[in-house]
Amino acid sequence: MNRLDTLFETDKKILSIYFTAGYPKLEDTVPILTELQDAGVDLIEIGLPFSDPLADGPTIQYSSTQALQNGMQSNVLFEQLKNIRDNIHIPLIIMGYFNPILQYGVDHFCHQCQQVDIDGLIIPDLPFDVYGQSYESIFKKHALKNIFLITPQTPAERVQMIDEKSNSFLYMVSSASVTGAKNKFDEKAISYFKKINELQLKSPKLIGFGISHHTTYELASKYAEGVIIGSAFIDFLKKNRIQDISQFIKLIRSN
Amino acid sequence: MNYSVDADGYYGDYGGAFIPEMLFPNVDELKTKYREIIERSAFQKEFHHLLKHYVGRPTPLYHARRLSEKIGANIYLKREDLCHTGAHKINNTIGQILLAKHMGKSRIIAETGAGQHGVATAAVCALMGMECVVFMGAVDIKRQAPNVARMKMLGAQVQPATCGSQTLKDATNEAIRDWINHPQETHYIIGSVVGPHPYPDMVSLFQSVISQEVKNQLKSIEGREQPDYLIACVGGGSNAAGLFYHYLNNLEVGIYCVEAAGHGIETDQSAATTKLGKPGIIHGCKTLLMQNTDGQIQEPHSISAGLDYPGIGPLFAHLSDTQRATFRAVKDQDAMRWGLELSKLEGIIPAIETAHALALLETETFKTDDVIVLGCSGRGDKDLETYINYFGL
Repeated sequence: MNRLDTLFETDKKILSIYFTAGYPKLEDTVPILTELQDAGVDLIEIGLPFSDPLADGPTIQYSSTQALQNGMQSNVLFEQLKNIRDNIHIPLIIMGYFNPILQYGVDHFCHQCQQVDIDGLIIPDLPFDVYGQSYESIFKKHALKNIFLITPQTPAERVQMIDEKSNSFLYMVSSASVTGAKNKFDEKAISYFKKINELQLKSPKLIGFGISHHTTYELASKYAEGVIIGSAFIDFLKKNRIQDISQFIKLIRSN
Repeated sequence: MNYSVDADGYYGDYGGAFIPEMLFPNVDELKTKYREIIERSAFQKEFHHLLKHYVGRPTPLYHARRLSEKIGANIYLKREDLCHTGAHKINNTIGQILLAKHMGKSRIIAETGAGQHGVATAAVCALMGMECVVFMGAVDIKRQAPNVARMKMLGAQVQPATCGSQTLKDATNEAIRDWINHPQETHYIIGSVVGPHPYPDMVSLFQSVISQEVKNQLKSIEGREQPDYLIACVGGGSNAAGLFYHYLNNLEVGIYCVEAAGHGIETDQSAATTKLGKPGIIHGCKTLLMQNTDGQIQEPHSISAGLDYPGIGPLFAHLSDTQRATFRAVKDQDAMRWGLELSKLEGIIPAIETAHALALLETETFKTDDVIVLGCSGRGDKDLETYINYFGL
């Protein structure tokens, strides 16, 4: 049973945190995972850094560049995650751009994910149709879920098609933007959330992009099964100690 | 073998559209509409009207007598350097701005390396009264100051890309991010035959006016439509795609693509993608690109900002794999020497990009009656400072 299936069986609002592996320091990956689990986070997205992250704003560009300079790469990440399941029991997703995965070999990459017991992947620049044509069977072979994105620009029929194909949650991008660009939701975002809810999709949804504090967390949680926080957490790591991660999570969850 | 793009946007194994979901509607709209819009007679009429009266086409096919004597072959220069704004780039920006208008877009973004595409975009935006933002690497902004000033005079906003190596690759990343942030009103005018499908095919189509003219001109000068050889420099490949377009399926025409070797392909200071690259994804397209074993994109080097790109258009990755074209790499020093050589022989100061194509002439063997057409893609005005510093002029 994939952990992502059980995750959505309760009514609890899901909090998912993204961070870039190998940032701030190369060896911080596992300590950050541990602190996040201890702080009660439900799902973690481990970012595999890329030199040219097209869909990311300055914050994640920065953490990616730093992580690469620290020596992070696919091999190193898998090595760090080798015994991760001794301690980490919540679902883990690797989020990365397609080229490093392609160079590693998609099958080999998925195999390694299965070895360290990763539950799914998010690859923002691997389009939905290309995944279906060329890679779906590889993901299935290795019991990995592929998480699809939907955005305010995605036409309703396409949202439904993606929902149909999805075997996990949908990553609902809150506005037309790269990551870390906004810190509140305008009326347009709210009406988009409502519109998606009216579609009565079968897949659970997590809202990401633009969630940085309790208010946006609360608001987004109303319209989805949970939220994803990335840039705001990276900003936190930039200025604070890993031991203080629980403070960050506490502030997000409650006033 | 077919060298045209297929229905899925591929040239052989290369091409496609590897874009984040945020850009799907934009790229899909372009893909669905571009051919249909371009083929409309009203579009064609306006396009060709502007090419003639605004750009100054047809550009001459000039028989370079002294150069021909020196090399021992019949060498023609296709004078794209005489286009308005100084290079072939404007053929494409005219086409794309008309397309943007037909699609109801009000804001234009572009990336630029040397600034030629940025200037060509800024010019057509001024012409059409459209808002224009050009992304340019912070390093390039410093080394191409005159073109930055030109863009500003033309009313464009020049936005520095401060991430990564702060050159063309990073400017392209920033342009794509801007497009994600402004998907509805904005059209992204990509300057080369790179990016997600349909860009490589669309830009090739707009640039194909070059080979169409060569066919007609050669017919009237030499009494035949086809040359023995075509030679062009290739960074992303837009001028080469235009020069080769109508000849790709004619195997009697030999094709040379000249890449920038930088300090040499054996060094880590090079931009010769077909020599140093492996298949991968860059800027939404599957192609050959320079990358490390972990799939991180590497910083290229060329003295010519226009060739300083770690990827290559998917058409060219295909031409390389199928050996339809011969790829050669020319070093900085040889390109610079040939920039000066053409100036002295023909009274034409070429762009350093073009000078790479010229440098090939001395390394290949040609017969005296061979007819060669070389793409004189741009003029050297923008490179004066580099020439001055290099030769101590």
